[in-house]
Amino acid sequence: MTAVHDDTNVGGAGAAKPIAEGETPFRRFLNDYAESKVAVGGAVGVAIVLLIALFGPWISPTDPYDLASVTFMDNRLHPGGTMGSGVTAMLGTDGLGRDMVSAMIYGLRISLGVGIGSGIIALLIGVSFGLCAAYFGGKVDTVIMRVVDIQLSFPAILIALVLLATLGKGIDKIIVALVLVQWAYYARTVRGSALVERRREYIEAATCLGLSKPRVIFGHMLPNCLPPLIVVATMQVAHAILLEATLSFLGLGLPVTEPSLGLLIANGFEYMMSGEYWISVYPGLALLFTIVTINVVGDRLRDVLNPRLQK
Amino acid sequence: MTVFVIRRLLQAALVMIIMSLLVFGGVFLVGDPVEMLVADDADQAERQAIIKSMGLDLPFYMQYLRFIGNALQGDMGNSFVFQEPAMELILERMPATFELAIAALLIAVVIGIPLGIYAGLKADSWMSKTIMTASILGFSVPTFWVGIMMILFFAVILGWLPSTGRGDTVELFGIPVSFLTLDGLQHLILPAVNLALFKLSMVIRLARAGTREVVHQDYIKFARAKGLSTGRIIGVHLFKNIMIPVVTVLGLEFGGLIAFSVVTETVFAWPGMGKLLIDSIGFLDRPVIVAYLLFVVGLFVFINLVVDVLYSVLDPRVRLQEVKS
Repeated sequence: MTAVHDDTNVGGAGAAKPIAEGETPFRRFLNDYAESKVAVGGAVGVAIVLLIALFGPWISPTDPYDLASVTFMDNRLHPGGTMGSGVTAMLGTDGLGRDMVSAMIYGLRISLGVGIGSGIIALLIGVSFGLCAAYFGGKVDTVIMRVVDIQLSFPAILIALVLLATLGKGIDKIIVALVLVQWAYYARTVRGSALVERRREYIEAATCLGLSKPRVIFGHMLPNCLPPLIVVATMQVAHAILLEATLSFLGLGLPVTEPSLGLLIANGFEYMMSGEYWISVYPGLALLFTIVTINVVGDRLRDVLNPRLQK
Repeated sequence: MTVFVIRRLLQAALVMIIMSLLVFGGVFLVGDPVEMLVADDADQAERQAIIKSMGLDLPFYMQYLRFIGNALQGDMGNSFVFQEPAMELILERMPATFELAIAALLIAVVIGIPLGIYAGLKADSWMSKTIMTASILGFSVPTFWVGIMMILFFAVILGWLPSTGRGDTVELFGIPVSFLTLDGLQHLILPAVNLALFKLSMVIRLARAGTREVVHQDYIKFARAKGLSTGRIIGVHLFKNIMIPVVTVLGLEFGGLIAFSVVTETVFAWPGMGKLLIDSIGFLDRPVIVAYLLFVVGLFVFINLVVDVLYSVLDPRVRLQEVKS
């Protein structure tokens, strides 16, 4: 999260309010953000999720991938049941005898890793194309934006289905699919703000100084296009996590050896008819919590970073 | 106008060609169809015979042209599993998917618009805040998980509604439909609500945003000054004006419902096209996978084309801008 905040420091500098003494733009941003209690709660939620994912192997009660410690004898224990190894399964165990808490922590790591990883790649690709479209204009702009428009006219899930149905399963393939689905959003967002920035005097000044094109584009134009980009990036990570979970549930995403939250839910689905609800319910709640908190943060960022909405 | 339509048609054709290349390239070249079709104990001569009969010894562009030529005649090959033409299988399942999508659309509109108008008129009441919070939640919840939870509550715990299948169907103009029988309707409720949730959140937001904009317009003030009843102002003057964006977005989103029904159909074992796709991927039934993907992509290109052309008819600014650029 800190990295994101640092970025806004650069981007939010041009906002409208007069700067009080001793107040940095970053401070002001934090104060604005904290005006909404829900948003603060969301940020705390995101921080908790990230910490759990980061320190997963150390806080997880058992290692769900360690085949030596997972025994089939423990399968489908009720929440609170004690496993053969003496560890209490707080949220029960799944059909293979894995502790649900541990499986969810590891699943969260995979879900977040895939979501954030694909988000970063898509961001790099999308931003490069979007900036080029805005800077060069003309034919380059027309071609890039036509491709973006056409892609965005299809729902994300359909594009992902086309790719995964033809390419097959695997973590690399799902990342490719998620990147291809997302890049167009970044390209469109950054082009929109870059078109405005391109006509500003500082770009003209930078060009007159004889700076190279890449330096003008990435060093001068990009930092000023950041605020809307941060909002879209936040929302897109949530979207990517959701899409990955959905695809994994359909059996098109990750292989069973690396169960993400979506795959855990899918695995629990077959046991639910016999009343063993916990295998599906708890990973779903974890997924829901992750996505809702990210969306709450993104929603607030949009309000705070949008200069038009500033008082 | 003609220039615009021709441009759009060309673009649609281009998209179809690119998509078919992608699907064809993915299914026929990344995977090895020979491995799929030849028995494990086949000798070299048998292998060669099959490769020859399928045209797999031809260069790539020849294979692709052959595939397109057949596809244009509606021949996408036979399903490995069902031994029936793939296209027929898809068309057989289509009514079920459309029924589900239309039911979901109706639910989204009938529930979403009143809630959205209310939230727009009384923006500060706690009810409105609840509605808006719920709609944010509607964007965030994983559809498949909500579906599973609905099955857990209404089918497993309460036992009120069935959780799988389509129930009894009756023929309506030769098409089997569920909603005309009690049993079919019971089967339809859960999947339709599940599929509707996302669109419901969207309709609420659109209706609320529209309402907040429209209530400040002069014609609403004038209607009020004329002494019209609040019911009439909301039901006629406001309603008509907020429907423009709602109808536009829903038209575009109908295709999205079809695509997204893959998820709902899988959860509720609804026998539509989406379920067929997921099953076919499970069986590696390539002709059906290709047929489904091209069919749905084609459907999309068609919907987008129709929307674009309709727009240009209704709003000349769109068309002029396009031709200029």
